[in-house]
Parts: sequence; structure tokens; C-alpha cells
Amino acid sequence: MAIFRALVFAAALSGLLAGLLMTGLQHAATTPLILKAETYEEAASVPAAQNHGSHDHDSHDHGTVDQAAAAPHDHADAGHDHGDAWVPSDGAERLLYTALANVVGAAGFALLLLAVSEVAGGLAGWRDGLGWGVAAFAAVTLAPSLSLPPELPAMPAADLLARQAWWIGTAVATAAGIALLVYKRSLPLAALAVVLIVLPHLIGAPQPTSHDSAVPASLAHGFVVAVVVTSFVFWAVLGALAGLLRQRFARSTA
Amino acid sequence: MMTTQTQSPNPAAAESGVASRAVQITLAGLLGLFIVGGVGFSGIPVLHNAAHDYRHSTGFPCH
Repeated sequence: MAIFRALVFAAALSGLLAGLLMTGLQHAATTPLILKAETYEEAASVPAAQNHGSHDHDSHDHGTVDQAAAAPHDHADAGHDHGDAWVPSDGAERLLYTALANVVGAAGFALLLLAVSEVAGGLAGWRDGLGWGVAAFAAVTLAPSLSLPPELPAMPAADLLARQAWWIGTAVATAAGIALLVYKRSLPLAALAVVLIVLPHLIGAPQPTSHDSAVPASLAHGFVVAVVVTSFVFWAVLGALAGLLRQRFARSTA
Repeated sequence: MMTTQTQSPNPAAAESGVASRAVQITLAGLLGLFIVGGVGFSGIPVLHNAAHDYRHSTGFPCH
């Protein structure tokens, strides 16, 4: 299991380093915007329930239904969505779990990147890894974000499962398209690659019935920029580290 | 495993080396998928709540 072990070690170490870096970037760029959006979310959910109650006789029943309908994408902190499930408390604990998710997620993505690149011969160093990382950024962040911009809490959104399915399909189709463009030389396959990259956006991401939101458009736009830019740095670093470490571990186990 | 593959001119051994390589790469990829699925897509409330800010900050559909 020498190859498996080399890939897992390279993924774990590059995931740890890139995940910690990403946590710092998010703490500076994206998390403040999430916390700001949550203030709109809380402000929006209270008057909605009160307003409905004031002109409706069956206020108790309707109040809860209205609240659920008005904020189906409610943040879990408010406790509406996920019942009595544990939620990290704001501040250090919340940051700690975000860091943990970043490190684990980065290791998972690094493992996927290493496994896929291994089929194409394996990452031969940091520059090779950097190229793969930027390609992964295009497939995993850029392409899904075009038709399904990164969402802040309190922003309207379509059904979660439909969006997740579209997101996965788009990432896979874009990755396959890029691989065809890079590794195949025939014209029909190049055309297929273009189709694979364009098709998810022709199909279109699942959209909410209304885009009206308590979150200001400037805040939403700033968040999209912050997510895309931090993700670019993350993928460049993760790819380069994975390439560097894959080369080291392959040399030591060969 | 790598050493037996490189030292042996036996084609059967080389073939099992290729098969083993494919199995190992597939295992690594599946483990990666499992991890990304758990952190980014799982509907289990505790996982969702722990990874909430991560999911938003990386553009995963969250709610």
C-alpha cells in the first residue's frame, strides 16, 4: 500500500497547512460578512412573525409557518432549522470548528486531487501541483460560482438537494472538460470539452422564486469576491504543497 | 510492492503491480470523496453546524 500511504500523507500534511492558511484568510475576508448577514437575518425574521401576527387571528399557528416560509435557509445558530442539534458557540469555539472543517476539507480535496492526478502520472513537483490546483479552483469554485454565487445566510435559495446536485454536476463536468482540453489533442474531444464546460450554465442552477433579500446587494457581491479570491489562494497553495509533498513521499517510498 | 514490481521481469507480477496501483489510487480517491462529502454536503445537523462558516466561505450550497 505504498502509493496509498504516500497519497494520504501528502494530502494530510498539505491539507493541514493550506486549511490553516484558509482559516486565516476566511477570518479576515469572509467570516465578518457572514456575521453581518446574520444580523439582517435575525432582524428580518422577527418583524415577519410579528407583522403576520398583527393581522391574523390564528397568530400562533401562522406565525411559525410564516417564519419557516420566510426563512427556509435560516442560519442554524437561530435554532429554527435543525431542532436541538449542537451548535458551536460564537467566538473561539465557532472559529475552532471552522478551522477543523477547513483542515479536514482541504485534506479531502487534496486526496481527490492527488488521486486524479496520479492517474495522469502523478504530480511531479510544486509547479505541477500549482497547475492542477488552479485547474481544481476553476472546476470547484469558479464554475459553480458563476451560476450559483456563494450565498450568505438570509439570502433566498432554491431547494438544497437540487443545488447540491447541480454544484457537484458542474464541478465534475468542468473538471472533465479541462482534462480533455489539456490531455487530448483531437478536435471532436476539444469540442466535447467546451460543451461540458458550458452545459451546466445552459441548464442553469436551481434559482429561488424571488431574489428579494434583506441582505444588501453590495454585501452579497463583496462576499462573492471574497470567496472566489480566498479560494484561489487556497487552491494554488494546496496544489503546490500536494505536488511538493507527493514528489518527496514518492521518492522516499520508491 | 514497488520493489518487487521493478525487480521482477515476470509479466504477471508487473500486472498485479498495475492492478494494485489502480486499487490504491481508487481507494485514496474514494476516501477523499467521503471526506469532502462529510464536510461539505452532509445533512447531519451536527456536521452542518460545525462546518457552517466553512461551507458558506467556500461556496458550498449550505441551507
